[in-house]
Amino acid sequence: MQEYTDKIRQIARRLLEEGTVDMVIGFRKGSMPMMNEPCMVRRPQDVDQLVWDSNCGINLANYLTNRKEKIGVVAKGCDSRNIVTHIIENKIDRDQLHIIGVPCGAMIDKRKIASLVEGEITDVTETEEGKVIVKGEGFEKSFDKAEVLQENCAICIHRNPVVHDEMVAEPVEEQTDVDRYADIREIEAMSDAERKAFFDDLYKECIRCYACRNACPLCYCPTCFVDESRPQWVGKGQNENDIRTFHFLRAYHCAGRCTDCGACERACPVGIKVRMLTKKLEKDCKELFDWEAGISLENRPPLDAYRPDDPDEFIK
Amino acid sequence: MSAPARQLDARKGDIVENPYLPYPVRIDDIITETEDKNLKTFRFVFINPEDEEKFAYMPGQFAELSVTGKGEIPIGIASSPTEKGFIKFTINKVGLVSSYLHSMKVGDVMGVRGPLGNSYPWETLEGKNVVIIGGGFAFTTLRSSIIYMLENRDQFGKIHVIYGARTPGMLLYDQELKAWEARDDMNMHITVDGTDDPNWKYNVGFVPTITEQKAPPADEDTYAIICGPPIMIKFTQPVLDNLGYGHDRIIMSLENRMKCGIGMCGRCNIGKDFVCKDGPVFTLAQLNTMPKEY
Amino acid sequence: MTFVKIDRKEWAEGVSALKKGYQVFGPVKEGPGKEEKDHEFRKLSGDQMPEMDYINTRLSPKAAIYPQSEVMFTYTTDERKDDHHILKEPKRDETPKAVIGIRPCDALSFLLVKKNFDTPEYKDPFWLRAYDATTFVGYGCDAPCSSCFCTSAGSGPFDEKGLDVLLADHEEGYLAKVLTEKGKALMEKAGWTSAIDAGGAEKVFGEKAAASQGKFESQISTDKLAQISSMDLYDAPFWEDIAFSCINCGTCTYLCPTCWCFDIQDECRGCDGVRMRNWDSCMSSLFTLHGSGHNPRGDKVSRVRQRFMHKLKYYVDKYGEGIQCVGCGRCVRKCPVNIDIRKVCEMMNQYDPEAQNECACPTT
Repeated sequence: MQEYTDKIRQIARRLLEEGTVDMVIGFRKGSMPMMNEPCMVRRPQDVDQLVWDSNCGINLANYLTNRKEKIGVVAKGCDSRNIVTHIIENKIDRDQLHIIGVPCGAMIDKRKIASLVEGEITDVTETEEGKVIVKGEGFEKSFDKAEVLQENCAICIHRNPVVHDEMVAEPVEEQTDVDRYADIREIEAMSDAERKAFFDDLYKECIRCYACRNACPLCYCPTCFVDESRPQWVGKGQNENDIRTFHFLRAYHCAGRCTDCGACERACPVGIKVRMLTKKLEKDCKELFDWEAGISLENRPPLDAYRPDDPDEFIK
Repeated sequence: MSAPARQLDARKGDIVENPYLPYPVRIDDIITETEDKNLKTFRFVFINPEDEEKFAYMPGQFAELSVTGKGEIPIGIASSPTEKGFIKFTINKVGLVSSYLHSMKVGDVMGVRGPLGNSYPWETLEGKNVVIIGGGFAFTTLRSSIIYMLENRDQFGKIHVIYGARTPGMLLYDQELKAWEARDDMNMHITVDGTDDPNWKYNVGFVPTITEQKAPPADEDTYAIICGPPIMIKFTQPVLDNLGYGHDRIIMSLENRMKCGIGMCGRCNIGKDFVCKDGPVFTLAQLNTMPKEY
Repeated sequence: MTFVKIDRKEWAEGVSALKKGYQVFGPVKEGPGKEEKDHEFRKLSGDQMPEMDYINTRLSPKAAIYPQSEVMFTYTTDERKDDHHILKEPKRDETPKAVIGIRPCDALSFLLVKKNFDTPEYKDPFWLRAYDATTFVGYGCDAPCSSCFCTSAGSGPFDEKGLDVLLADHEEGYLAKVLTEKGKALMEKAGWTSAIDAGGAEKVFGEKAAASQGKFESQISTDKLAQISSMDLYDAPFWEDIAFSCINCGTCTYLCPTCWCFDIQDECRGCDGVRMRNWDSCMSSLFTLHGSGHNPRGDKVSRVRQRFMHKLKYYVDKYGEGIQCVGCGRCVRKCPVNIDIRKVCEMMNQYDPEAQNECACPTT
């Protein structure tokens, strides 16, 4: 990972020195284990803040929305796909961006790791051999990185950036033969009552902090429907129907646009598996339209376009 | 025992007044004030007559108008405490509650919660000259103040009022303005930004310009109260500076989004002060030391 | 001062006994994710026991007094009814509450929040009634976590402020220090009455507190906050950098024991309506949006600045009794983008407007 970090700093320094960009958006080391903080660097002498490791799970496309500067942005596979979506949806101009592509080695899941040890984790490091070393008061444990990946990363098939101006390393090998939708098929197979129980349980801890929405690069509406007062679509209290309405509608708004970057789930303070809905819609888009979001600058998302040869299965 | 133990409940049962509970009122009269029909003055009568006494207010204070099913909005009190038997509010149609209010009828029941906030500094203003400068629909608590001062005329020195709107049809309290203009115990300067009415016999010009021409020069005993849109305030302030008004002699009333109106819900603060409770009236000298979060 | 020894058996029996006179809140492990290991304060049902094997809960216990969503008034809009459009307070469960196992940092938070809801001019009846009806049974911390900083935020692992009883782990059960009359009444209700020698017990508490104090890794400095001018801090150059990563979610404010801001909303089902209040967050742009569309805190930098200025400067200036933070560390642990109040506090406390420090970046 140090290699990536060095290269990112080197590129950022060059871009800022040459004046190619006004700022570089990347990550800096966080103050907590397994946390990095998105940051912006404006001066060449500050590029040494920038780091790369397996804790860069926040989607940096979220920080580009409606910005006016020329920006160098560090982008792993999913960030790059959301950058594509941002460009298609006119949230940023391709010309404003210098995309520093990162072939992604997948992010680790801080919750999963926390669940595998007893006691507070004080330090987590990775070895070049793909081990994750977890230390705390009176313990040290080593895991294969593959065991402790964020769920979306474990099933990711676009680890390399789909668009970039330069890369920090050679592309990594993409995963093939991944079953992306095993969990979704399980939900699909449930009876109505089971499914209702599943979703009741899924959202029961929601505190409506909207971290999922706000961490999502797709959720850039100036006023989210849950915040509208005229008309007021959704109640503002802790009524379970209102909470579900928020999650369901948000997921639909992301249909055909979601890249399964996992930022929503990572941001949730109470551990809700927010991706259970977005992934169902991703699966539908794949099956109905053979569509994957953010792969090409040429095509608009399927729910945002009409073609005479659309199968239209869903309205027949 | 050294621990600062929590006081046992001396207060229990003591919280008689629920500050969130509005007084029920009935709409007694509705007047459409402006030609764009966006401003209406509502006159309310308390359903429980004893509530009128509890609602003792001074000009510059506001109240939360409560419409069940819609919510509450903070509105400056346009009537004067010298007017008995009713309270008045002039409401601009902007959001959810105010739009609904505009559709309500005489006889409808709603609520009023207050009075809230400080008022203009009437103790300080006693015996002083007062220059009132208002623009557009931000003239409501100024109306209250003018009526109040005229009812207590001997307690004040010279009274100047400069009030402007875009057009004659956008002036609030049309009839009262004209009556004040005719009085000789105050100087009323009505102005409009422009008009094609050949019979318009008052001023034409923006409020800052008219202020420059008509406001008295500053002295220790003269205070200016300004209420109006941000643009008016922005251009009037230098005029008052040129006239020599000290910033502690310039009094302003602010608006911010509010909910509770009693300094608890947290949203209307400017620095450590709440517009709803510590304001809405501040001197410019105070505002100079506060963030511009209004 | 009374000290009482509670063994395992008495503990279980006592908690059950309390449920006959109190609504008992305690930490329990609940949550959607199998992997989520945090505890929450919940009202304990039937045979549920507080699960005391925890460092601190995910959300603060503030909801026991101040629910996230609370009905203030009810009304009918049915004009055929005599009392149409008249607000009424609904009947509430006035059974006293006992919050068992609250950490000293969180107990202090109620005293801080009380300053907001109990003022000379106005009393918030909803908050105050719930607070007055509650007995707080604290639980001293033997093992603070690395992001806890209560010792430099006006509290400490065995601090007694805001508590009626303080428990300490001892041998196979607990030692209880009974601090108030309310605490005494609760102890009696629970049947926890085996008083023990005060001298010896005081020594145990003292030793445990000292041992725990020594384990704190993290602290903040707040000594200069009162002296720096509010406007200088407001205009400080570091806010853009601090705010950059913020996604303006409400996580920090909802988890915080000392965040008290709320929204008031009317909602109707048919003719039956409620006026309710819900936790609100200064992170939301809606919080301050005017009807005209103007927003005095319309950008994220101003909202992030508001949160930290409120906790670390406005509150300090308003009450002169320290910061509006008890050092529980929840926001540090749960911020999705790792904005760390300890770092922000350091930058604010160290800020010297005269120094003209060209670099606005924090040293990382």
